[in-house]
Amino acid sequence: MNIFAAIGRVTLALFAQAGRLAFFTVDGVTSILRPPFYWRLLFQQMMRIGFYSLPVVGLTAFFTGGVLALQIYTGAARYGAEQFVPVVVLVGITRELGPVIAGLMVAGRVAAAIAAEIGTMRVTEQIDALTTLATNPAKYLVVPRIVAATISMPILVGIADCIGVMGGYVASTESLGFNGSIYLNNTMNGLETNDVVSGLIKAAVFGFIIALLGCYTGFNSKGGAQGVGAATTNAVVSSSILILAANYILTNLLFNT
Amino acid sequence: MANDMKIELRGVKKRFGPKVVLDGVDLALPKGHSLVVIGGSGSGKSVTIKCVLGIIRPDAGQIFVDGQEVTRLRGRAREDYLRKFGMLFQSAALFDSLPVWENVAFGLIQGRGMNRRKARDIAVQKLAKVGLGSEVASLSPAELSGGMQKRVGLARAIAHDPEIIFFDEPTTGLDPIMADVINDLIVSTVKDLGVTTLSITHDMVSARKIADRIAMIYKGKIIWSGPTTEIDKSGNEYVDQFIHGRAEGPIKMEVRH
Repeated sequence: MNIFAAIGRVTLALFAQAGRLAFFTVDGVTSILRPPFYWRLLFQQMMRIGFYSLPVVGLTAFFTGGVLALQIYTGAARYGAEQFVPVVVLVGITRELGPVIAGLMVAGRVAAAIAAEIGTMRVTEQIDALTTLATNPAKYLVVPRIVAATISMPILVGIADCIGVMGGYVASTESLGFNGSIYLNNTMNGLETNDVVSGLIKAAVFGFIIALLGCYTGFNSKGGAQGVGAATTNAVVSSSILILAANYILTNLLFNT
Repeated sequence: MANDMKIELRGVKKRFGPKVVLDGVDLALPKGHSLVVIGGSGSGKSVTIKCVLGIIRPDAGQIFVDGQEVTRLRGRAREDYLRKFGMLFQSAALFDSLPVWENVAFGLIQGRGMNRRKARDIAVQKLAKVGLGSEVASLSPAELSGGMQKRVGLARAIAHDPEIIFFDEPTTGLDPIMADVINDLIVSTVKDLGVTTLSITHDMVSARKIADRIAMIYKGKIIWSGPTTEIDKSGNEYVDQFIHGRAEGPIKMEVRH
């Protein structure tokens, strides 16, 4: 009996949580379309979410591209297919690793920061104070972050794609003895618009997920410093998992394009 | 009767899970009066105020402000309604990402769309009203002492010339002298502005100083209300125990809630 009760409790809690997140999402998304619009805050959030994530995302992309080239070379050399290294690096970075690695890095950096900031505002009554000053917290706090993340992530990933391919180029020419101009030529010849576009679509979705979960966990944090800490952890874990799940679904949807 | 009342609560009930917080609160507050609700921790004081502001939605009962039923207000109508209010939070709840002047001017800039330079001038005037010089305006809230934060919170609450001001434990956490300064400020600003105020506190010194009328809440119900002058001869043993701060009496402290 107790086992069934426990399973039932967990299931109910899961559905309740999913339902709350769904309501929160609808409220946030519909608020995007209703004035007032806080342009100043949107710009501020784009700087924080996008611009200041550039170093970490760029470094990650560079090393990932390099490692990718080394590993693919190991496999390709077994079949004498070394000439495919540039295009496989290109496809791997633009379709998959660029958006996913950038998504996970930004989830760690930005979802945590959003959850901590909004969580602190919640427990210190600053969100209630917004309401008493006739300002809708969803419009003032959630919308700028969601919009900024959804716009910034594709830009970040576009830059990460370039840096990742460059990482592959550096590894290939420095360690694997590729000819630089042939490598670049192969890369450019292998380049297809859809590879890049599908990666950028993923990036936009990941950005949305990151900001949404950061805001959601922050809004629902309670109980002081410990609650804010828990919210921060939840934001990073849940947005990372959702990014990977969404990545699978999107890859399925975008596979043939 | 209802038409002369600025705020009127009828049978307001609220429970969180199994815990009944408000069990049918009836409260009436005439225009221009100052009502203080006293009661122990966890007696439902804060929830009462949050119900009037719509931060918490009551399970049952009606709340009238200027004769208008307000518990079902949403969206734009709710924002317009909230413009009538100013609130001083227990922990001041200043926005720590904004400088002091922008905190004070927040309702003017975001709520009213006033331009920033004009709003800043008004903010400096309001700061002067609560005894703070213009040099405080550009500081960040974290640089201020608790008493100064309360003053800034008061300036923010009166900045947009509200008709009704709520004070949530205005003297909690202040030394007795600073508490008296804040009480004097509340009395003088209320007199100047001719507003209606509702305060909650467990500080009897403060209650006697700022109230025209006092109401006592216990276990989610108003158990006594009357003019401040009559509180010492209320004939209610709950009230007597509370105002004299006795551990012995009909009120048992619940250690767990």
